[in-house]
Amino acid sequence: MSEPRKGIIPPQVAISRVNASLAARRAGERRFRTCGRIAICIALAFLVLLFVSIFTKGIPGFFQYYVTLEVVVDRERIDPAGDLSVQSLYDGDARGIIRSAFYIATGAEGRSGRKAAGKLISKGAEQRLREAIIKDPSLLGKTVAMKFALDDDADSFLRGYISSAVPEKDRRINDKQIEFINKLQKLQLISYDFSDYLIFGSASRDPEIAGIKGAFIGSVLTLAVCLVLAFPMGVATAIYLEEFAPKNRITEIIEVNINNLAAVPSVVFGILGLAVFISIFGMPRSIPLIGGVVLALMTLPTIIISSRAAIRAVPPSIRDAALGVGASKLQTVTHHVLPLAMPGMLTGTIIGMAQALGETAPLLMIGMVAFIVDIPGGVTDPGTVLPVQIFMWADFAERMFIHKTSAAIIVLLGFLILMNAIAIFIRNRLERRW
Amino acid sequence: MEVSKLPSHTVGDVYVDMPRMTTRKVNVFYGDKMALDDVTLDIAEKQVTSLIGPSGCGKSTFLRCLNRMNDTIDNCRVEGQIKLDDQNIYDPHIDVVPLRARVGMVFQKPNPFPKSIFDNVAYGPRIHGLANNKNELDGIVEASLRRAGLWEEVADRLYQSGTGLSGGQQQRLCIARAIAVSPEVILMDEPCSALDPIATARIEELIFELREEFTIVIVTHSMQQAARVSNRTAYFHLGRLVEVGETSTIFTNPRHELTNSYITGRFG
Repeated sequence: MSEPRKGIIPPQVAISRVNASLAARRAGERRFRTCGRIAICIALAFLVLLFVSIFTKGIPGFFQYYVTLEVVVDRERIDPAGDLSVQSLYDGDARGIIRSAFYIATGAEGRSGRKAAGKLISKGAEQRLREAIIKDPSLLGKTVAMKFALDDDADSFLRGYISSAVPEKDRRINDKQIEFINKLQKLQLISYDFSDYLIFGSASRDPEIAGIKGAFIGSVLTLAVCLVLAFPMGVATAIYLEEFAPKNRITEIIEVNINNLAAVPSVVFGILGLAVFISIFGMPRSIPLIGGVVLALMTLPTIIISSRAAIRAVPPSIRDAALGVGASKLQTVTHHVLPLAMPGMLTGTIIGMAQALGETAPLLMIGMVAFIVDIPGGVTDPGTVLPVQIFMWADFAERMFIHKTSAAIIVLLGFLILMNAIAIFIRNRLERRW
Repeated sequence: MEVSKLPSHTVGDVYVDMPRMTTRKVNVFYGDKMALDDVTLDIAEKQVTSLIGPSGCGKSTFLRCLNRMNDTIDNCRVEGQIKLDDQNIYDPHIDVVPLRARVGMVFQKPNPFPKSIFDNVAYGPRIHGLANNKNELDGIVEASLRRAGLWEEVADRLYQSGTGLSGGQQQRLCIARAIAVSPEVILMDEPCSALDPIATARIEELIFELREEFTIVIVTHSMQQAARVSNRTAYFHLGRLVEVGETSTIFTNPRHELTNSYITGRFG
């Protein structure tokens, strides 16, 4: 055996030193794992808190109180012109018919009694009666049982938000009205049912008839515009930059700018949309077309970056193979690179779309926050979108809007989860191995 | 190990009587770095020319010049003259698509497309419009797979993925894909380096058969392989073509010191 030489540690010494260092290493690993678990627990706790708070407030938003009334559909009264035209029905006294039925049900008498009773029924009731007549004219002249929404104050009272212990002048609902409600409840005419207004109604100042249909369709239209613009443009840009563009200073600058653009606050894109499309080109405000264009600008960097990553992940050997048999550059890309990169591109696009779906700020800038009752029929009709609708509802004072807001948030979340599920499905479906 | 001097010019017969491809004074640069220095070599018709040499000697670079696959490398610059049948392939007017249809390539790692076996072989004929109808295409696919010695093994699963085959089968599929477009020259870049000895033997047999019909240039790290399959051997060293000649001569009686050192295993 030779003398221990400098720089060479004998095996016995080495193993004892390794063992000595083990405890510290294991402790370090344990600490790291514990930290990780704590972090996950905290994140989960917040997630649970979020869902509990949204669902406890939101689920009641899907329901509301209705009253069932025996309505005498007097032909003369509801349809004075007798032609069932919309004009004639509006000239008719639908409100009077419903109120008569309500007075009978509640037994309201006298001027003040009738006035108090009249306030208990939603302003949307007459419209509902007119629609029912148009849908089924055979109701004319009959007495039919119909369900009408209660006014939001009555609704809040039934939910227990308004206490009868509070002095009468301090509450939004007076003693007489409480008496009527109790009577209707005794007669079992009041029911707590799924709120069709939430799903099929559009924006309204009256919370009991406000719904998300307009905003939902606005969202769909806006996203459609966004997708149609952003996806082809983003994918084409990514392909050009990855496969065709020479690698030089200019493309480097473009690349850096695209990456920076992804981090630009979304409201900036809104200001850009306002300045360019509305001020310079003089396009109308509040339309899904401009909303979609602005959101497309916002999602473009996301799509480009994820598409480039997907293209880069395609092994170069596939390109070599295609070029080797004489495929042109474009054929190589369209036949081989694009199909292989597509799952990644689509995932990125759907993530971008999900981002766009939840975006509020840039749309406020271009006026999609306007109060629009009509449901948009196309991309050039004024409209709003779900997150903006939520934003607006959250601003309203009526108690019922709290529930409606949370219900709309649930719908938005559902929409988002659906989109992400589609992204995962597409990725798993198209993913291929090489 | 004594360091022998690189020769100032190539030793041996760089010229042949009936060349299919000729290269004259080819220099290749990657950026500022010179990868090939003054390579002049004839590729003989319907023969196997093997390119050997230590790693980084430029043999793959030279091979990739022959069908301009180097074009895909951004900073690669080629000087000199490379002709296929008296046509300069680096002429600016030359389209690389027909060039690569005439000069096919098989790569180091088997790289079938993630498509069916049929589609892999049919890809070339389809993009070049070689078949007028489905029948003709079926014929081309079958004939190519037969010539690549793969037909018996895959005839009953033509529509299964090509990536599901074994490594050796994948490489033969790539050869079938290359010959499906009826090239005149086939370039093979270390086609057996990722394969086991049995699959390697199978490919070597195939190369032996294919040289009846095709002009083949093969890069290999295995001197036994070069000795077994090729007619002519070219030895590259540090970007220079050191020696070229009949395979039997090169391996039995090398004229240059570097060649001798390499084939006797003193380095590389």
